[in-house]
Amino acid sequence: MTEPLVRPKRKNPLRRTRQPLSPQGVRSRTAHGLTAAAAEGRFALQVCLDCGAVVYPPRDACPSCLSARLPFRDVDRGGTLLAETTVQTSTDPYFRERTPWRVGSVKLDVGPVVVAHLHGDTVEGGRVRLEFKLDKSGSAVAIALPAKDTENMADDPHLREMTCDPKFRRVLITDGRNVVGQAMAKAFSDAGASIVFVGLADAWKPFPGLDALRQIERVEIVPLDVTDTESVTEQAEQNGARIDIIVNTAEHVRSGGVVDRHGLTVAREEMDIRYLGLLRLAQAFGPVLRSRGADGVNSAAAFVNLLSVHALMNWPAYGSHSATEAACLSAAQCMRAELRPGGVKVLNVFFGPLETEWFQTVPPPKVSPAALASAVVRALKQGVEDAFVGDVAEDVRQRLAVNPKALEREMVG
Amino acid sequence: MTQDLNQAGRMASGKTRKSYDGVVACLPVTIPYRRYSTNSAHWWLGRALHELVTRAGLRPTDIDGFAVSSFTVGPDTAVGLTQHFGLSPRWLDHIPFGGASGIVALRRAARAVQAGDAEIVACVAADTNHVDSFRKTLSTFSRFAQDAVYPYGSGGANASFALITKNYMNSYGARREDFAKLCIAQRDNALSIPHALMKKKLTMDEYMSARPIADPIHLFDCVMPCAGAEALLVCREDTAKSLNLPFVRILSTVERHNAFPADPMQVRGGWAVDVDELWSMAGRKPGDVDFVETYDDYPVIVMMQLEDLGFCKKGEGPDFVRSHSFTNDGSFPHNTSGGQLSVGQAGAAGGSLGLIEAMRQLTAQPLGTAVPDAKTCLVSGFGMINYDRGLSSCAAILARAA
Repeated sequence: MTEPLVRPKRKNPLRRTRQPLSPQGVRSRTAHGLTAAAAEGRFALQVCLDCGAVVYPPRDACPSCLSARLPFRDVDRGGTLLAETTVQTSTDPYFRERTPWRVGSVKLDVGPVVVAHLHGDTVEGGRVRLEFKLDKSGSAVAIALPAKDTENMADDPHLREMTCDPKFRRVLITDGRNVVGQAMAKAFSDAGASIVFVGLADAWKPFPGLDALRQIERVEIVPLDVTDTESVTEQAEQNGARIDIIVNTAEHVRSGGVVDRHGLTVAREEMDIRYLGLLRLAQAFGPVLRSRGADGVNSAAAFVNLLSVHALMNWPAYGSHSATEAACLSAAQCMRAELRPGGVKVLNVFFGPLETEWFQTVPPPKVSPAALASAVVRALKQGVEDAFVGDVAEDVRQRLAVNPKALEREMVG
Repeated sequence: MTQDLNQAGRMASGKTRKSYDGVVACLPVTIPYRRYSTNSAHWWLGRALHELVTRAGLRPTDIDGFAVSSFTVGPDTAVGLTQHFGLSPRWLDHIPFGGASGIVALRRAARAVQAGDAEIVACVAADTNHVDSFRKTLSTFSRFAQDAVYPYGSGGANASFALITKNYMNSYGARREDFAKLCIAQRDNALSIPHALMKKKLTMDEYMSARPIADPIHLFDCVMPCAGAEALLVCREDTAKSLNLPFVRILSTVERHNAFPADPMQVRGGWAVDVDELWSMAGRKPGDVDFVETYDDYPVIVMMQLEDLGFCKKGEGPDFVRSHSFTNDGSFPHNTSGGQLSVGQAGAAGGSLGLIEAMRQLTAQPLGTAVPDAKTCLVSGFGMINYDRGLSSCAAILARAA
C-alpha cells in the first residue's frame, strides 16, 4: 500500500532549492504518437491496418506484414507484470537523485511487451493497467498501475513525478470575482491544496459569492489585477515562490464578430484581460515556477489556461472573443516550451459555452462552472496537457480532426 | 512459439553450408585494456593494425581486406578509416554488432578469402572509453533504446538484463549462487592474465554481498567498460604457412538475428535455431570440445548459451552450472582468460575477446593458464540489446591445426 504523503513542513529559507532536471525527452517522430495520446490521457498504440498487429515500440513498418499503415489507436491497457527490477545505479542525473527506481516488463493482453515505470502497488506476476503519462521532460512514458485502485495511490512518488496533483500544493486562482474562479477555489480546496490564493482586483468592490468564497477552507484572498503589470509583479514578489499551480480564471466574454462589431474598444479589453493578462502572469510568475520544478512534495507543477474551444476554430457569433482565445492558445504553446526545462506543465482546458450570464442566449449543452473546475482538478491529477470539457468542446475536437474545412463552414449559425 | 520454431526450422533446412576448408585464422592480437583512455578509437584500431602487420612481417598495403568493429569511431566509417590508416583494401566491412562482431567478422572474412575476393583480411575491433562515453553510448544506442528504454530509469544494459535475469530465475529456478559460481570461476581463470582489469580473487561472500546495481544484478555480474582492441588475420592456409604464422581451422559458424520475436521475454537466443547445423557442419558433438568461450556480458546469458548450444537442455542451465567447475584446470574449462567480467569490456572488442583467447589456446600460446590438450573449442557471441533483448547471436567451432 502506498504511504500517504505527509504535508510538507515550512521550507527552510536557507536551504538550497533543488534544481530541476529532466529524464531524456528525445524521441523519434513516430514515438511522439505516444506523447499525443499521453497529452490527452489516452492509451494508444500503433495498430496495423493491414494485419491488425498491435505494435510497440513505435515503428515505421509493421513487424508482422511490413505495412506502413500504422496509426495510433486506443487499445486495451490490461496486462501482466512479468519481471521487475529496481534500478539502484543510473547514468542519468535525473534518475540518479531519484533511485531506487522500479521498472518492469509488462506483457499487454493486446500483444506487445512494454518496459514501464512501476507504481509502488504493482506486484511481479500480478495484473496491471498501463497508462502513458508525460514525464518531467514532457515526453510520454508508460507506467504500470495496479489493476484496481489502491489507497493513496496518487501519492506514489513515481506517479506523482508525472502528475500535477493539487494535494499539498499551493494554488493561485487569478480572478475570484467570477463564478468560474469561485468554483475553482472550491474544487482546489476540496482536492487538498494547502493554500488557495484567490486574486481579486479592487477587493473593496462587492460582488455576489464573496462571502461563500471567504468561507472556503484554506482560501486566502490576495490583491491581483491581471490588467495591471504592477499588481501582477507585486503579487509574484509576495507569493510567487510559494505558488505551485496557477489557474488563470480571468475572463472577458462578449459576443460579436470581427466585421459585425463597431470599434476596437471591446477587442482591446479582451486582449488586455485575456492575452496581455496571460503575458503579465507568465512573465511575473513563469521564471520562479520554472526554477521550482523539483522543490519537493510541493514543487511547482502547472500553469492552467482556461480556453474557449473556439480558440481552435473561430465561432463567428463570438468571433472577436474566439480570436483572443486563439492568441492565448498560441502563447500557451510558447509557455510550454519555456516552462518544460523546469518540468512544469502547461495545461490547456478547452470548453464550450459556460452556464454563465455571458452565454445567456446560447442554447444548451453548456458547461457549469463547477463541472469545469472539477475537470481541471481531474486533468491535473491525471497529468494531462490538453483536456476537453463538455459536449460542445468534444464535438469541436472530433469534427476538427476529421475535416477542419467542414467545421469552419458549420460554425456559422 | 511453435510457429517460430517451425519457421526457423524451415530456414535452417535446405542446402548444407559450404565448409571453410583451406581458410584459417591466425595472429591473435590484444592491445592491453585500460579503464579509461584519452585516446580515440582510431588510436586503438591503429595500434592493433600495427601489431598485426609488424608481427606478420607485412606492409600495411598487403592487407587487402579490412573488417572493423567499433561503437566510438564516429563520425568515421570503415571507408574513412582506410585513408586514416593508409590501407587500400579490395574488400571492406564495418560490423558494429557489439558482442557478435568478432565471430561475424571472422565468418564474413573467411568467405571473402575463400571466394578470392581478398587474400589477407585484418579483422579489428576496438573502442575507446572516455570518462563520459558510456552514458552517451547508452542514451543513443538505438532508436528503441531512445524511445522505449533509456527514459525508464536510465539503468542501461544493467536494467535490461536485470529483467531478463529475474525472469530466467523465476522460470528455471536459477539462484544468485549459480551466477556467482560462473563469475568466481572466471575470476580464477583471469588471475594469470597480465592485462585483466580485475585480478583479485573473488569470493562467494564478496559476490553475494556486492552492492545491488539493478536487482537481481549486483556489482560482480556487470562487466567493466574500458578501452582496448582485439584483432586477427584471416587468410588461406598456405598464406599463413608462408608467413610462418600458427593458425586455427574454422570448422563451422552460425549467425542469427532477432530470433524468437514472439517470446515475451528473452529466455533463449538465436543459437537455439542454428545449433544442430553448427555441430553437424563441424562434425562434432557438444561433448567433443575441450573448452568453451561464451559471451559473458551477464552470467544469465552464459547460462542461456550453455543450454542453447546443446550442452544441456533449456532450463537445465542452473543444474549444469552446479555440476562443473568451469576453471581451466577443471571440468568444462570456460572463458579461459576470465572473460569480459574480469578482463573488461572494451566496447565492440568484447565480441572478439573469447575468439582471440580460443586462438591462443588452440595455437598453444595462451597468455595465462593453458587448457590441457586444447584441440577443439566452441566460441559464441551475443550482442545488441536493441529494446528488451539481445538480438544477435553467433557461434564458431575452431580446431587446432595439427
